[in-house]
Amino acid sequence: MNLELLTIDAARSAVQERKTSAAALAESFYAKIQSDDPKIGAFLTLCKDRALAKALEMDALAAKGEKLPPLGGVPVAIKDVMVTKGVRTTAGSKILGNYVPPYDCTAVARLEAAGAVVLGKVNCDEFAMGSSNENSAWKPVHNPRDLTRVPGGSSGGSAAAVAADMAVAALGSDTGGSIRQPASFCGVVGMVPTYGRVSRYGLIAFASSLDHIGPLTKTVKDTAIVLRTIAGRDPMDSTSADVPVPDYVAELEKPVRGLKLGVAKEYLGEGLDKKVRGAIEAAIQKLAKQGCEIVEISLPHTKYAIPAYYIVATAEASSNLARFDGVRYGYRAKDARTLSEMYRRSRDQGFGAEVKRRIMLGTYALSAGYYDAYYLKAQKVRTLLTRDFEEAFKKVDAVVAPVSPTAAFKLGEKVDDPLAMYLADIYTVTADLAGIPGISVPCGETKENLPIGLQILGRHFDESTILRVAQASEKAA
Amino acid sequence: MKVTEKDVAYVADLGNLELTEEESTRMVRDLNSILGHIDSLNELDTTNVPPMAQVSDRYGADQSKQGSERFAYATREDVLEGLRKSLPHDVALENAPDADGTFFKVPKVIER
Repeated sequence: MNLELLTIDAARSAVQERKTSAAALAESFYAKIQSDDPKIGAFLTLCKDRALAKALEMDALAAKGEKLPPLGGVPVAIKDVMVTKGVRTTAGSKILGNYVPPYDCTAVARLEAAGAVVLGKVNCDEFAMGSSNENSAWKPVHNPRDLTRVPGGSSGGSAAAVAADMAVAALGSDTGGSIRQPASFCGVVGMVPTYGRVSRYGLIAFASSLDHIGPLTKTVKDTAIVLRTIAGRDPMDSTSADVPVPDYVAELEKPVRGLKLGVAKEYLGEGLDKKVRGAIEAAIQKLAKQGCEIVEISLPHTKYAIPAYYIVATAEASSNLARFDGVRYGYRAKDARTLSEMYRRSRDQGFGAEVKRRIMLGTYALSAGYYDAYYLKAQKVRTLLTRDFEEAFKKVDAVVAPVSPTAAFKLGEKVDDPLAMYLADIYTVTADLAGIPGISVPCGETKENLPIGLQILGRHFDESTILRVAQASEKAA
Repeated sequence: MKVTEKDVAYVADLGNLELTEEESTRMVRDLNSILGHIDSLNELDTTNVPPMAQVSDRYGADQSKQGSERFAYATREDVLEGLRKSLPHDVALENAPDADGTFFKVPKVIER
């Protein structure tokens, strides 16, 4: 079976109609991973037994002529920040190098309950902290389009696995753009749902008020299918919202004609690569041709998003990562004589440079004398940034924007300049701070054939509208 | 505000990190570069702006209530084994770097 461009429906139908078996399909994906992944570096751990058990279950259903669930037999990859019972989960960190979780993340469990075949765990920046995947403690990921370039981050393994046809779909996590930016860099679709739409239970915490789980897929329809499967209230996550989940796939049938799309001048200004701007403007014109009304809007506090984000995110991270102390799980330094020495050495040897930098920044922002100046200030600016969107959504149904100021950059290009790396998150951190949903859909390429993503942002819990706009853009691209 | 070597040592202590001299030097440089950018937040007057601690402040909370009452939708009865069973003892100890079958083992806490 040709794995290229294989969608969820195509894979499921092939298993349902017994053109192939789910087990054979999984085996062909493993063969593809074996041949192609050494040069890409997307996978960290394969779980063949678990995959084949699920595949055989789906094959048995198909053999009996029973209808397969929505992801029946569909091979997927899971970012290594989501825990999987009995399958090593490292969060891309040496400190969790041998960690084998005793329970499953809700989103993963829901995918499997819908028939998905989990092939394995995919690479990411350590604790999802990074925009290039170069902060993985294990190995970098190479962009399948150009192996000298980064796949984006932090869900770089998820995006690369889908782009290189080593999985039909993947789950990623997005705290400041970590699904949308790698989706854009690798030429796939990626969505961050509304905060609270998808349970975070079993997602290894980075910044709890900003963390989201979401899909990376080849098509907008596949994103709708995965979102429909993982969304909805979960009592295990008290921030998961009790809001009805629409049938996102059915919602895709509605027309986009008459929708008002906002274009914010702050998102098309200084620092945006010309070729990226050209592709975004062309994609917006194509949406206008399909009957969308383009409205100029302002999101006046945008330039304060990066400073606010890097205070809120690191403050929460410094607190969340306090649990890694070498006592209950994870790496423990060998030579410590006292408890305090053990904590310190375990953490110093177990965490990578970027994680330490963020723990330091967050601890500094929360420390006595700086709390009001940094943390409280950033939380207030977060309110202003959210109000910007609330005002905009009184006038428009969605906002269209770039995902990243440039296409995929070279491996090594920004590793020595953390601030430069942070500044490139300017168009994505705003949605996480406001908790609104966003999607990246491929809309063009640079002259080096590097993909460019169009970002569409929507109101809280209105994933349906941005999926529709994304699909309209996908069809026109 | 300039972060010094002394500040870095103090914050590393708070964060339970033991930085090498090389790491510490680099941390001073990186924190100053990042905080220099973050200082732009001071351009904004936020005197009357409420802080936003979580997204559900914007959509989920009952704005007419006070304190934790505002988030009543997220609460549940506090019952033993309410949502799922606790992990069995042996499973909870499985990932421990050092355990004796009953307890997690750590180096000496109190110096005599």
